[in-house]
Amino acid sequence: MMAAALLEVEGVTKRFGGFTALDGVDFMVRTGERVGLIGPNGSGKSTLVNCIAGTLKNEEGSIRFEGEDICGHAAHRRIRMGLARSFQIPKPFASMSVLDNLRVPLLYAARKHEKLAAGRIVEEAMRILGEVGLAGRAHAMSGGLTQVDMRKLELARAMAAKPKLLISDEAMAGLSASEVDDVLALLYGLKAQGVAVIMIEHVMRAVMKFSERIAVLVAGRKIADGDPQVVVGNADVIKAYLGE
Amino acid sequence: MSNKVFAAVALAVALVLAAVTQLIPNDYFFTAAYTVLLFVILATAWNILGGYTGYVNFGSAAFFAIGAYTTVFLYNAFRAPLAAGIVAGTLVAGLAGLGLGYLTLRLRGVFFAIASLALAVVLYIFVVNWDYVGGARGAYVLQPREIPFGLPRYIHLIYAVQLVMAAFALVVARAIEHSTLGRGLAAIRDDELAAECSGVPTLKLKIFSTMVSCALMGMAGTTFPYYLSYIEPSSAFSLSYAVNSIAMPLIGGTMSWIGPLIGAILLGSVQQLVQVMFSLGAWNLLIVGVLLVLFVTLAPNGIMGWVDAWRRRKGR
Repeated sequence: MMAAALLEVEGVTKRFGGFTALDGVDFMVRTGERVGLIGPNGSGKSTLVNCIAGTLKNEEGSIRFEGEDICGHAAHRRIRMGLARSFQIPKPFASMSVLDNLRVPLLYAARKHEKLAAGRIVEEAMRILGEVGLAGRAHAMSGGLTQVDMRKLELARAMAAKPKLLISDEAMAGLSASEVDDVLALLYGLKAQGVAVIMIEHVMRAVMKFSERIAVLVAGRKIADGDPQVVVGNADVIKAYLGE
Repeated sequence: MSNKVFAAVALAVALVLAAVTQLIPNDYFFTAAYTVLLFVILATAWNILGGYTGYVNFGSAAFFAIGAYTTVFLYNAFRAPLAAGIVAGTLVAGLAGLGLGYLTLRLRGVFFAIASLALAVVLYIFVVNWDYVGGARGAYVLQPREIPFGLPRYIHLIYAVQLVMAAFALVVARAIEHSTLGRGLAAIRDDELAAECSGVPTLKLKIFSTMVSCALMGMAGTTFPYYLSYIEPSSAFSLSYAVNSIAMPLIGGTMSWIGPLIGAILLGSVQQLVQVMFSLGAWNLLIVGVLLVLFVTLAPNGIMGWVDAWRRRKGR
């Protein structure tokens, strides 16, 4: 049986002046599903993420989350509904400790849809830090973390919002093979908790291993969407990546 | 320390200080202390938006003047007592802050700073041309002959009032800093987009902190017309308020409520000393400028930044 649709994107178009970054994109994610979103640089992946997360407004089309139209909602309302994203370039709250970074989404997002007693915030933050392997750095200032740790923090902060859908925007760029496996294990763990994941990634090994379904964006259009093995064999996809 | 305990302690300290210092025979002490306290309030208020939230307000003088001129207006219209001026001036400045926030906080960073500066200029011209509150001539506000609590002169009273108001401003700033709201403001300061994507309603929080910050600046100004019994636009809108309310938190440290307090006492006292000992009142802004340059280069996180770094080293 197919799980219910969690996120439904229909005919979304986004223009920057005369440039059409997204051109009538349809895209959907079911509850608890793992979806890979791939495409060459500049194909509109991040723009699509921004439209879904609410940091950009799409001109046309509709975006529904759990059946509710969220196009008019500000980003902070969307995350409170359970739609979290991590940033491609880590954006830590640099004046705060790693632990305090997680308190922000726990206080402002997770508490809005989940009962979380005030006294349990720190406990919960430490649990998430333990999961991503940052427990030892909890009291370090987040501005001084290494790039790898910053990426882990970025994921941890998105997880702290207790999302139903997590969009991971190139969380693995620049990581070593074993670190990629660590992050993959982490995202698999989310699946076990019933969290759907959209993975945007250039590390093909990770995407192929992780995704139940892959969608391909090229020049703002979706050219393929389906089983990973079938999609990477698709002639249009090969052409987009490798040329004629 | 909980907010209630801190509020009680702050109020008690203010009242004891007010009572004890009344024994000081030198009248000039009260004039000087009034000015320093005024800067404590302005610096604390500025820091709520500038330090906690990261939005630089260049228009502090405008909100200070809104407080002052609300007192003048109420005095002219109803001969209203000082207390009415304090309450009304705080509210009017808060409303003005709400308006400024609503109109400009959709813009980021430097645009807000420019808009706040523009507001100060617009209000200055408005007051200069508003005859009812004295226009460019200025207005007289007579100190009441009856002075409560058996105090010898009116300056003793407004000094004590300013002391209590400074305590109030510190209580508000500290309560915000330690609340969920304060954490949200800090997130906005560090990265506004990441804050919004962590569930922080950034626009609402920014408007709120602007409103509180501006209301407290207005409060600082409400006693000012009584200070010299005379007020005119160029003194109420003086550049010195705008500059000092930025410089004091930067020198003291912007991350906590203590920083602006230390900065204001330090800088305010130095300015008073220079004015009295060397009769160099005109040099005040120069001193501020030199100190600011020194601190920005040598201790970018202010005096409290030094203290924190020293504590961390010791703790290791």
